[in-house]
Amino acid sequence: MTTTTTTPTVAVWKFASCDGCQLNLLNAEDELLDVAEAVTIAYFPEATRAMLPGPYDVSIVEGSITTPEEVERIKHVREISGALITIGACATHGGIQALRNYADVEEYTRYVYAHPEYIETLETSTPISEHVKVDFELRGCPVDKYQLVEVISAFAQGRRPRIPTYSVCVECKRAGNICVPVAHGTPCLGPVTQAGCGAICPSFNRGCYACFGPQDSQNCHGMADRLAALGMTSEEMIRAYRTFNATCEPFQAESLRHERARKAGAEEVEA
Amino acid sequence: MTATDVVRDATAPGPMAPRPFRVVARRQDTHDTATLDLIPLYGEQAKWRSGQFMMLYAFGVGEIAVSISGGALPGEPLRHTIRDVGAVSHALVSSQVGDVIGVRGPFGTSWDAMDAVGGDVMFIAGGIGLAPLRPSILEAMRRRGEFRHVILLYGSRPGEGFLFTDEIEDWERNHGFTVHQGVRAGLAAVTSAPTFDPDHLLTLACGPDIMMEVAAKTLVGKGVPADKVRLSMERSMHCGIGLCGHCQMREAFLCVDGPVFNYDQLIPLLATEEL
Amino acid sequence: MRTMGLAGLDELVAALGRAGYEVYGPRARDGAIVLAPIAGVADLPHGVGDTQDAAFYRLRDRGDAKVFGYSTAVQGLKPVLFPAHELLWKARKTPIGFDVEDADATPPKPRAFLGARDCDLRALAVHDTVLASREFADKAYGQRREGVFVVAVTCSDPCGTCFCVSQGGSPKPQEGYDLALTELLDGDGHRFLVEVGSERGAEILAEVTTTDAPPTDTAAADAVVAEATASMGRTLDTSDLHDVMYAAADSPHWDEVAARCLACTNCTLVCPTCFCTSVEDTTDLTKSMTERHRVWDSCFGSRFSYIHGGVVRESGKSRYRQWITHKLAGYQDQFGLSGCVGCGRCITWCPAAIDITAEAAALRAGLTTGATDALETAGETR
Ligand SMILES: Cc1cc2nc3c(=O)[nH]c(=O)nc-3n(C[C@H](O)[C@H](O)[C@H](O)COP(=O)(O)OP(=O)(O)OC[C@H]3O[C@@H](n4cnc5c(N)ncnc54)[C@H](O)[C@@H]3O)c2cc1C
Ligand code: SF4
Ligand code: SF4
Ligand code: SF4
Ligand code: SF4
Ligand code: FES
Repeated sequence: MTTTTTTPTVAVWKFASCDGCQLNLLNAEDELLDVAEAVTIAYFPEATRAMLPGPYDVSIVEGSITTPEEVERIKHVREISGALITIGACATHGGIQALRNYADVEEYTRYVYAHPEYIETLETSTPISEHVKVDFELRGCPVDKYQLVEVISAFAQGRRPRIPTYSVCVECKRAGNICVPVAHGTPCLGPVTQAGCGAICPSFNRGCYACFGPQDSQNCHGMADRLAALGMTSEEMIRAYRTFNATCEPFQAESLRHERARKAGAEEVEA
Repeated sequence: MTATDVVRDATAPGPMAPRPFRVVARRQDTHDTATLDLIPLYGEQAKWRSGQFMMLYAFGVGEIAVSISGGALPGEPLRHTIRDVGAVSHALVSSQVGDVIGVRGPFGTSWDAMDAVGGDVMFIAGGIGLAPLRPSILEAMRRRGEFRHVILLYGSRPGEGFLFTDEIEDWERNHGFTVHQGVRAGLAAVTSAPTFDPDHLLTLACGPDIMMEVAAKTLVGKGVPADKVRLSMERSMHCGIGLCGHCQMREAFLCVDGPVFNYDQLIPLLATEEL
Repeated sequence: MRTMGLAGLDELVAALGRAGYEVYGPRARDGAIVLAPIAGVADLPHGVGDTQDAAFYRLRDRGDAKVFGYSTAVQGLKPVLFPAHELLWKARKTPIGFDVEDADATPPKPRAFLGARDCDLRALAVHDTVLASREFADKAYGQRREGVFVVAVTCSDPCGTCFCVSQGGSPKPQEGYDLALTELLDGDGHRFLVEVGSERGAEILAEVTTTDAPPTDTAAADAVVAEATASMGRTLDTSDLHDVMYAAADSPHWDEVAARCLACTNCTLVCPTCFCTSVEDTTDLTKSMTERHRVWDSCFGSRFSYIHGGVVRESGKSRYRQWITHKLAGYQDQFGLSGCVGCGRCITWCPAAIDITAEAAALRAGLTTGATDALETAGETR
């Protein structure tokens, strides 16, 4: 292939995001340092002194767009970046912007965020992809360190990142686990959840909690029927679908369906 | 088969291992498409038939199916024309003379254009689809005297550009090809005043599914037998050898039963969406 | 025919070990029966049975001493002979290009399987056909498959999702084994009737203490088979099934299944005949070494049919259709045999309780009502 004389340059950009995401990025620094042999971390003001001028081969963007100033800044980042990768629920889904759709915002914020007071500033939060072309979105709230490193290395090397989008069940079966809903009657959200964790919870005989957000072909409605068959209540289901990736559309829709049912005091959830 | 009679040759490299080939010539065809000529680093040049494809491997990036666009005469380098649409094709298109890429193959069925000897032959290409047809077009050119009419219908999308334009001019001017070429060139140009004899026409088509299906239907409507229309199909391919299952369309493995099919075989498969 | 007791079975496992085999057998783990390495009879699931239904699996206490009293294990032989993940080759950059080296999949020791059922053996025969008998063979599969020793066992207590009899199978192993056992437990004691299926089988058996089986034992074994044959949990009407599946390609029933199907892939990953895989390439950070891996994949995934520009099977219904049509019809055209051996695993382990036999029946029924409707309409217009 084309031989590059210098290593690819990587820049890390922070936009509006909650503490969880920022912490996690810093957490990944050890792993990123391993990559440092192969790439040059050229710009990462939050973590290092790196402040090399652009353009950059790969830009990692964390956080969402909340102000007109940020709209301009992300356009600039796009211009000086080869590949642009967004990481975390804030950047990929605008964080909690979908919150306004929930009837009980306050209650919801308490579930999800450690510092609910921060939420206010994000009232007009939108995902990066609404403003500029994004080459890859890495999901997670927060993102998985190892997936982050895989995405950075893949783009630095010009290959497609090995980030699966199928269900947790694929990893679960490959790992040789015994399926917990079938063999133990334990509710499991694995079928609607994107793989990436290695099916950790089912490996310990627990149901999947849907950390990685919806898989590419999720059927949340069908899933809810099965969870109900295993005795999960509407309330538990709302919580399940909101725990980590509340703002992902399919999870949100499903949780709202159950919430409406609960409010209406209906025994049966609408079809 | 019983537990004991599985045969195994432990020393031969498996069919999944690519052989290294060197890029000996490179030509930029359009803004996003390039043609590479390849010769093996070790051992003999591969032998192939027109219409077959190779699995090309960009080191450390990945592997994709690419048809052979060069002639199948002995001594010719292996030639591929590749459009940059994603990670692997980008890496291949970006390779330079001297670079080494991996090759597995050849795989799949052939166009068998010589079945048309004595009659008319028509090539229908959409976009990059001209590349897989080129080996057969070269055959028809070299043995031009054995065919009656040779027709090339070549359409491309706006902005996509045209491949092999110098050659097309040569085929038209010096080899008596009837060429209809243009952005969104349609079959109407050929069928409104047909120069071919439907009973003695072999059609070879390569392009998007929908384009090929419309062309095949139109020709069959004009009295061309369905088994005289051949289409080269594209699906996801991970192995090229009938093992990974990705390329299936109902009972067909596109990699070993295709990519070239007679249209009559495809009628039931194309009748259902998302098959 | 010979017979042996539990001690004989232990000797058999030991004899296989001495002959150099790594012996896999049934073990209870995490509330299920899995095939895993065993050291002797002590590792077997004594007195453990199972109850299986759509999306339901539980172990139960049989209240007897049988060691093969369960029905199908969680998986067949597939995870061992065709593992979920394997390295295909490694390549290293060299000054002039790169060198590729195939991985050697030959196991350090050949494998022996104790407790394989008829459905497991027929599924193995399907994999042999698909992976090792056509123009291109899966080299690694051949390496692992070579030298496999099979001690099959007659099913005495089929579960609620078994329907092998509909698919031409039997609770009694038919072929593809080296030794076959039928477990008997009655007033005459706990014993195993042994049938020899190969020379190797006879050689190994010669090292085990056995006695001549009395005619009453053969009769008792026949009774076990007859009873098991009569107690299949499910049935599948296979008449014209191939044509029925193809004719149902545009059935409205697919939408109905798609509403329930979670596209989770479990059915395909537990199916002992499914063979679909993807390749994944990895590199080291400096891109001087690269590896190609093969992993189980499934036609239920969206990326499975991805080509530049889009996914071919975008809808859930097209994916369910691919699965059931391939199993019950496509295999026949491709390999001359059914892709379904009737083991029932896809029914048990589908978290949405989708049942291949029920869906096939619904598709068949849809066709006949469709045809009747068409006939009726034709009558009205006349
Ligand atoms: C028989 C045949 C002949 C062909 N001939 C030619 C030719 O002559 N010239 C030409 O330019 N093209 C040809 N193609 C098309 C070519 O194979 C595709 O353009 C190529 O696969 C694109 O790969 P990519 O990595 O560049 O693009 P991408 O769109 O990134 O990747 C496409 C392929 O990569 C795989 N893939 C992508 N994403 C994922 C994922 N997330 N997980 C798993 N797998 C994934 C899929 O297998 C998919 O087919 C042919 C295809 C076939 C089947
Ligand atoms: S345990 Fe959960 S994740 Fe694992 S296969 Fe079963 S449903 Fe899927
Ligand atoms: S059912 Fe699907 S996964 Fe199984 S073999 Fe067929 S195509 Fe492959
Ligand atoms: S389709 Fe279902 S019943 Fe048939 S072999 Fe596969 S898992 Fe067993
Ligand atoms: S049929 Fe069942 S096991 Fe198969 S993909 Fe659908 S929900 Fe999953
Ligand atoms: S490409 Fe693997 S089976 Fe056809």
